[in-house]
Amino acid sequence: MLSLLILVPLAGLLLLNLPFTPAMKRTAWAFAFTVALAQVAMVLVAPAAAWSQQGFLAQYFSFGLEAKDLTRVLLLAIGIVMATTLMVGRSMITDDRQQFNFVNLLLVSIIGMNGVVLVTDLFSLYVFLEVTSVSSFILIAFNRDLGGLEGAFKYLILSAVATVLMLTGVALLMLVAGGTSFETVAAAMKTSGGITISQMAVGAFVCGLFIKGGLVPFHGWLPDAYSSAPAPVSILLAGIVTKVSGIYALVRLATSVFPASGAMNEVLMVVGAASIIVGALAALGQHDLKRMLAYSSISQMGYIVLGLGCGTPLGIVGAVFHLFNHAIFKTLLFVNSAAIEQRTGTTDMNRMGGLGSRMPVTGVTSTIAALSTAGVPPLAGFWSKLIIVIALWQAHDYGFAGIAVLMSVVTLAYLLLMQRRIFFGKTSPEHAGVREAAAGVVVPELVLAALTVAVGLLFPWVLNTFMLPVGGIFH
Amino acid sequence: MAGTDTMDTMLDILLVWLLVGAAMATVMTPRILWSVIGLAVTSAVLTILMFRFDSPLAAVFELSVCAGLIPAIFISTISLTQRLSPEGMAERRREKWRRFGLLPVLVILVGVALMQVHIPLDFVAPPAAKETDVRNVLWHVRHIDLVGQIAILLGGAWGVVVLLKERKRAA
Amino acid sequence: MLPDAPELLSLFGIGVVLTLLVGFYSVLTSQNLIRTLIGMEVLTKGVTLLIIVVGYVVGQIALAQALAITLIIIEVAVIVVAVGIVLCVHKHTNSIDTRDLGNLKG
Repeated sequence: MLSLLILVPLAGLLLLNLPFTPAMKRTAWAFAFTVALAQVAMVLVAPAAAWSQQGFLAQYFSFGLEAKDLTRVLLLAIGIVMATTLMVGRSMITDDRQQFNFVNLLLVSIIGMNGVVLVTDLFSLYVFLEVTSVSSFILIAFNRDLGGLEGAFKYLILSAVATVLMLTGVALLMLVAGGTSFETVAAAMKTSGGITISQMAVGAFVCGLFIKGGLVPFHGWLPDAYSSAPAPVSILLAGIVTKVSGIYALVRLATSVFPASGAMNEVLMVVGAASIIVGALAALGQHDLKRMLAYSSISQMGYIVLGLGCGTPLGIVGAVFHLFNHAIFKTLLFVNSAAIEQRTGTTDMNRMGGLGSRMPVTGVTSTIAALSTAGVPPLAGFWSKLIIVIALWQAHDYGFAGIAVLMSVVTLAYLLLMQRRIFFGKTSPEHAGVREAAAGVVVPELVLAALTVAVGLLFPWVLNTFMLPVGGIFH
Repeated sequence: MAGTDTMDTMLDILLVWLLVGAAMATVMTPRILWSVIGLAVTSAVLTILMFRFDSPLAAVFELSVCAGLIPAIFISTISLTQRLSPEGMAERRREKWRRFGLLPVLVILVGVALMQVHIPLDFVAPPAAKETDVRNVLWHVRHIDLVGQIAILLGGAWGVVVLLKERKRAA
Repeated sequence: MLPDAPELLSLFGIGVVLTLLVGFYSVLTSQNLIRTLIGMEVLTKGVTLLIIVVGYVVGQIALAQALAITLIIIEVAVIVVAVGIVLCVHKHTNSIDTRDLGNLKG
């Protein structure tokens, strides 16, 4: 069953591009959308047996995939964000051929991301990270405008540096463990996790992941890539790509492969706190909507890493919960920005104002997402931040807990500022004729806003069903 | 490769020198065409090293792809983009030295420093693999990497379509 | 592990570190997009050598070769995309100098 998550998009990609199937090209979007929704459905309703790597396909493909609870949370988020991106893309990319290219690249991206969360081998992890990255480079440069090309090139170079660091780590771990699978490496780390070579290897690998995840001090590429990409691509990048390629890998490896060490946790917490502070303060000073949201992403990613660095099961639960919540509400915020870009043709907040009455759905859903990001009860973001802060408090990291709470206030400040500049005040004459965004954008807005509210209200159920098992697997 | 043999060790040292030297020449030469040739030479030295480390298949890939295909891609890109006058060339040469003059010093310093560093190999050596045929490993153990390769090549192909194909109307 | 592993590792370890150093230096200082990519290639050379040496030393040469081959394939795909981006930039600005870019600020 698990291999289907990779094989179905791949088979679809090949079929859609066979020369004698031009009629099927028109079904490309529907196919990709079905794949995304099927993935969501699989996580929500599939029985436990479906998650084992057995059955007919396993005889032919020895992929060594594995779906722990953490993976399922990520698969769910990938499905949701992918479906959203497809809907917004359909609404914003009007040219048929362009849309076909776009859908194909999204299928490559979904293969890459599903691979990243399913594999159990360090080198395969690198392979699928690269699949995801290559599709992201192309997607950022999709419109071939200069800004997008620059953003893509910058991302490409930093990503190459990151992969070199990661591969150096893989090679050194191979020296110590004699293999690259998670199991082999984890076993070797139990006996020789403290020696110099292992520490160098883990350090290099983690540094690579910091770059991929856009964490301070390696965040230089992220605002450029996010803000210069076409609107649907920003949704994909901010919503899920950097989370899967940087943060997920970090959580997975730090919790069950690399040796648990105090030094590693210290580094994670310092990097997390630095990301929170730098991201939030930089977001305050932006006037471009997408750049501001990009810095906000860096800041929120900092919370996830801070929770992870806490090292306790509760901290990890908080981190993964926040990872999921952030995927939902940051996707929503970028959909909002796509809606605004679609109607006003700009992302410069100085040229906006008074759009609230023109675009009521966008305005209301944006408020929900902003409040959730800032951690206002009872929305989803509140609970995950609360768990992280409690975990930090229990681990006696009062300073970091203080930073987390204080920066929540800054988050609230810049997001409310954003709301005011865009939706309140006087409508500028150039936007007098602005209407609510197209249905393809409004529907995802409503669904994502409903999800944010529902996860917040049904918090005990979500926590027990999805999140607490994540903490349990590490015992 | 019998590593204890003095001749072999000498050859290894020579090859490492060649590799680092070729890499430095690659990045330091003022003419970009030479730089690409330098990259091909670096790849060729790496190929010889791979043969010496009993990795013939990887060596063949390195030689054909990295010393052949990739320089070809670079040279065609350069022929499409570069137009430089002799004066520009002289200016570039001076500037190149300004920015890269530090590199040889740095390489020598780090090299000498590294010779002093001793990283202990204090771990239990993992058992050697029973399987020694790369084809078996690639086809029977690492299916998933092959799937990844297919996906990334498809991605690359789409990249060419999206980035380079002429569009009927401006996007 | 081979009896002469320490000697091999220290000799080639130095070679790898120096190659990576040259690559990093080039990526950081190059002002020409193609040269940046060449620096990136030099980096990849260093890491490929490390994988092969480590595989040889721990007796996992088949695995190391499989990894190196996959790495080479991925390298080609990335370079093709990167060159595509460079050509597009050239179409816009008629230049491949990073100093002609820079509309994006950190």
